Amino acid sequence: MILSAIAFYLFAAIIIASAVMVVGSRNPVHSVFFLILAFFNAAGIFVIAGAEFLAMIMVIVYVGAVAVLFMFVVMMLDINYVRLREGFLQYLPVGALVGLILLIELIFVLTTQANVPEVLAISAAPAPAVTDVTNTHALGQLIYTRYIYLFQAGGLILLVAMIGAIVLTLRERPGVRRQKIADQVGRKRGDAVEIKKVTPGSGI
Amino acid sequence: MDIGIGHYLTVGAILFTIGVFGIFLNRKNVIIILMSVELILLAVNINLVGFSSHLNDLVGQVFAMFVLTVAAAEAAIGLAILVIYFRNRGNIEVEDINVMKG
Repeated sequence: MILSAIAFYLFAAIIIASAVMVVGSRNPVHSVFFLILAFFNAAGIFVIAGAEFLAMIMVIVYVGAVAVLFMFVVMMLDINYVRLREGFLQYLPVGALVGLILLIELIFVLTTQANVPEVLAISAAPAPAVTDVTNTHALGQLIYTRYIYLFQAGGLILLVAMIGAIVLTLRERPGVRRQKIADQVGRKRGDAVEIKKVTPGSGI
Repeated sequence: MDIGIGHYLTVGAILFTIGVFGIFLNRKNVIIILMSVELILLAVNINLVGFSSHLNDLVGQVFAMFVLTVAAAEAAIGLAILVIYFRNRGNIEVEDINVMKG
């Protein structure tokens, strides 16, 4: 018990520190690295909370896809990041004010929350005991039965995002010779080969 | 030393606040703004998972998975828009985006 508490505090401290570094870092590449660190530690917190499948998905999706996507964009675009830092201190007071108000409001919410016993009784899908089935198994049983339509809708969202990203970034550049598969497939023998009658000794 | 719902909510609240703070702080750099949005969604996920473990209810984890899906889609579309914006304008200063102001 004490071990998991220590682990939780460690993960939480690293998450918060790396989140501060994400927003305050001078170099966007460092920001992306700290974002990856935050995601890894969030996965650790998920494991402590008993959501192993979500922790693994976190590492795969966020670290493996989203953070790498950010890294690609940061490194591909030739941007003067020093100019983007201008006005950093100018926005600091209003940002700190809004953040402080938000934090105070959230603390109010946290401290006034009542731990109503009735809430525990209305559990929509009680998690089965860990000894019966694993977390992944239980989630699968829930997703593929009761939430199948939502699951399909989630897949549709990803499909739309994929097509949208391709449509947005694909461009026709002049002077670039692309492979024309239809032309290649539709090529006939007569287009390429021509048979000539050659009389010996005269050439074509 | 028991880790309860309050601990998860506190981490989520602090992370959410840092995310919002980051949006205000980096008003010019849209990449950092997108990363701050990811942090905010991460905070929401931590809250959902914390409640899921507190109430012993798996629906929280299912919902966190959908939040993850939306976050991935949002990052892809956002970065695609960023790339074409950079291609057209040569910079990514979001304060200059007022072409549609009329």
